[in-house]
Amino acid sequence: MSILIKGGRVLDPDRFVGIADVLIDHGKIAALGQNLSAPLEARTIHASGKLVMPGFVDLHVHFREPGFEYKETIQSGSAAAVAGGFTTVCCMPNTNPVNDNQAVTEFMLERSRLAGLANVLPIGAITKGSEGKELAEIGDLRRSGCVAISDDGKPVMNSLVMRRAMEYALAFDLTVVDHCEDVHLAEGGCMNEGLISTELGLPGIPSAAEDVMVARNLSLSELTGARLHLAHISTAGSVRMVREAKRRGIHVTAEACPHHFMLTEELVRGYNTHAKMNPPLRTWADVQAIKEGLRDGTIDVIATDHAPHATQEKQQDFTEAPFGIVGLETALPLTLGLVEEGVLSLEQAVQKLTSAPATAFGLNKGTLAVGADADVVIVDQQEQWEVDPTKFRSKSRNTPFAGWKVKGRVNVTIVGGRVVFETDVAER
Amino acid sequence: MTSPTNKLTERKDEKIIMDAGDISRAMMRIAHEIVERNKGVKDLTLVGIRTGGVHLAHRLVKRIQSIEGVSVPIGELDITLYRDDLALRKDQPILRKTSVPFDMTNKVVVLVDDVLFTGRTIRAAMDSLMDLGRPEEIQLAVLVDRGHRQLPIKANYIGKNLPTSRDEQAQVLLEENGEDDRVVILKA
Amino acid sequence: MSLKRKDLLSLASLSTDEIMLILETTDSFKEVTGREIKKVPALRGKTVVNLFFEPSTRTRTSFELAAKRLSADVINFSPSASSVVKGETLLDTARNIEAMQADIIVLRHSSAGAAETLAHGVKSSVINAGDGWHEHPTQALLDLYTIRQRGMNFRGLRVAIVGDVSHSRVARSNIYALVKLGAEVRLVGPPTMMPWGVEKLGAKVCYDMDEGLRDVNVIMMLRLQLERQGRALFPTIREYSRLYGLTADRVRIADTGVIVMHPGPINRGVEIAPEVADSLSSVILDQVANGVAVRMGILYLMSGANS
Repeated sequence: MSILIKGGRVLDPDRFVGIADVLIDHGKIAALGQNLSAPLEARTIHASGKLVMPGFVDLHVHFREPGFEYKETIQSGSAAAVAGGFTTVCCMPNTNPVNDNQAVTEFMLERSRLAGLANVLPIGAITKGSEGKELAEIGDLRRSGCVAISDDGKPVMNSLVMRRAMEYALAFDLTVVDHCEDVHLAEGGCMNEGLISTELGLPGIPSAAEDVMVARNLSLSELTGARLHLAHISTAGSVRMVREAKRRGIHVTAEACPHHFMLTEELVRGYNTHAKMNPPLRTWADVQAIKEGLRDGTIDVIATDHAPHATQEKQQDFTEAPFGIVGLETALPLTLGLVEEGVLSLEQAVQKLTSAPATAFGLNKGTLAVGADADVVIVDQQEQWEVDPTKFRSKSRNTPFAGWKVKGRVNVTIVGGRVVFETDVAER
Repeated sequence: MTSPTNKLTERKDEKIIMDAGDISRAMMRIAHEIVERNKGVKDLTLVGIRTGGVHLAHRLVKRIQSIEGVSVPIGELDITLYRDDLALRKDQPILRKTSVPFDMTNKVVVLVDDVLFTGRTIRAAMDSLMDLGRPEEIQLAVLVDRGHRQLPIKANYIGKNLPTSRDEQAQVLLEENGEDDRVVILKA
Repeated sequence: MSLKRKDLLSLASLSTDEIMLILETTDSFKEVTGREIKKVPALRGKTVVNLFFEPSTRTRTSFELAAKRLSADVINFSPSASSVVKGETLLDTARNIEAMQADIIVLRHSSAGAAETLAHGVKSSVINAGDGWHEHPTQALLDLYTIRQRGMNFRGLRVAIVGDVSHSRVARSNIYALVKLGAEVRLVGPPTMMPWGVEKLGAKVCYDMDEGLRDVNVIMMLRLQLERQGRALFPTIREYSRLYGLTADRVRIADTGVIVMHPGPINRGVEIAPEVADSLSSVILDQVANGVAVRMGILYLMSGANS
């Protein structure tokens, strides 16, 4: 089965930008050029006026399976991913049981195969049970298919354990991902510490809780030479330190989430549990720093930290409600918002959703090079729509963006040469 | 609270029923009737219902003093908390002070109000008095009785009987509120 | 002027006119509580539910007495002690209570914002009886009433609030109200007990107690949560007491007519010396007595028919 995408504006970051046809055959990109002719039986998709890009790569999602299937499954999460244009997603290991062994990794890969939608790539735990004490069987995890290691959500507080993890990961060329948070400084906190937490009487999480761990991780990366990826950085301090570390040649990449460049802590007013995430929404100054970091390349990657939670969980009072929001189905228009705003060029924005994340984890993804896996997304950059959580493919509806009027919509998503998502528009 | 004068005099449909002289004579007569009926002022007390009744009660105390040479105890009653329509109102009325600085036990209490209409205010006032003590007897003095009673209540002393229709409004305007003394009827 | 709101959630959201209306309304109920028969029929037929997720005998009792003196039916509901199934949200509990036709729900909860969350979810009026570290509006209103009862004027009044401001809903409510009413508010305590940026709410912070108490007209002591010892807020009760305990000597630093307040229950000999708690300047028991009248006033003002 072949697909010919005709007349679209092809945007393959660092490689090609312009009007061209893309031919897909046997699950691979077969050709890219002008006036390609379709082989017999090929499906032709007319894409003039649309953007044709490599499928997006999300380094940070929580698909909750095994253990919390009421929030999300690999099936529903994958459906949300492809609806949002993501063809490859990396799943954090904080499932139940924790993905700290081959069995869980294989289970997740099998579920993903059954779902048959996105490429779901597991991230293994750094320590057993993500308890921060003993290293997990990282070599085994790598062999069975994990693409990185992280104790996301339960930061490795013991610096010696983190040092050993970084050293050990070098042997398998694995990126070490850390959710930077000093759990003692953050203890009990549920929003950014500042004037608003003071006014609302909510326990705060200071920026310093993130900054001190970013500093530690950068030092350890420098010490060990390990490839470090900083998950969802949210503070001006983190951006400053990463910028400086990169200048000094430390092997670090960093990601930011749309909510951290679109929203501030103001949203917490009224005890809005959809504004409760970790790291918390920060101040206007932090948002500006994140944008500057994205612009100047300090922040390489845009990731969603897609964190589904059931409605009744988010309906609890603010301190009890769990952290996190879903993000896969809103990330594209929010990222394009940065382009509208003039923070990023369109090519830069696409790069942060495709080639940059692929590079950070050493994945063979995020490109339309001939011979690459045919993971492609076709986007109508101009289409306006309103975010309606009841229409999400995700099992969960926990988003602060409900009702937002946004621009830019996925029309077709192709994974491995197969159309896995398309809107009515693409049919016509 | 009564509205400011200018607002009222502007209204074409205001009809003056009693002027200052009428009110003064009626108060004097009521003072005499109270003293006569109670055979003097021993055990006599007056309690005005806020706000109009309080002013009239003070006037009656002065009149009675001029007749008997004795100043009878006087109290002020805010009946808001005893109203029967509290649960129906969206905004609760402002509370004013209740002050009955004497023991009512075995006393005659003359309740004083400006206008007697449905009788609901007087019911509330009597309940309120009962919570404050146990008077020997309660009597009722009003400047105007306009009829349309909804409860079996009758005044002992009446300044003027004033036949009205239900949709009319009777108002007693007094100097104490910065008005010229008068009783008027306003068409709704 | 009337209180045109469904709920009483915070003093941050009340205007000075609304605060003064509550205090003036309280005068009427102060008179009622001074009577032989301390009961009026104003809330006959209304149901008040005390929904207390945190144990608090005194606030609950005060609300209960206030509601009963207004002739309301009162139900006390303490989900921690009753059979609330884990997983039932605050809203579920409240909707169940609403189905019992509660007109007013008085909520005490350990989470900041619980009252606001509840108010959005139910038609009943909600009165915040303390939510986490956020606010305790009725306590602050009774504090204000007690100050006003002493003939003090809020404008220019110097008030010291001493103790763990960071974790105190009483302090927050008082700061919001006193600053609005034109008082000078000084917060006294170690930096570990001051929330981030609290000066921006209009208060002054003093780490030194003697300096903080100079010439103040009102001293509000906060209860020290003894269990916080060793949690890095303060080293020992002994040291805290020496640095921030209110002694008779320290009272003398303040204005001669100073009044000493405490929301209770007091830790005698920790934040307040027994001879100060029992002295003539102490109005701690007046606060308790005024609490009932203030809550009667609030219940009365909130009891209008819901649209």
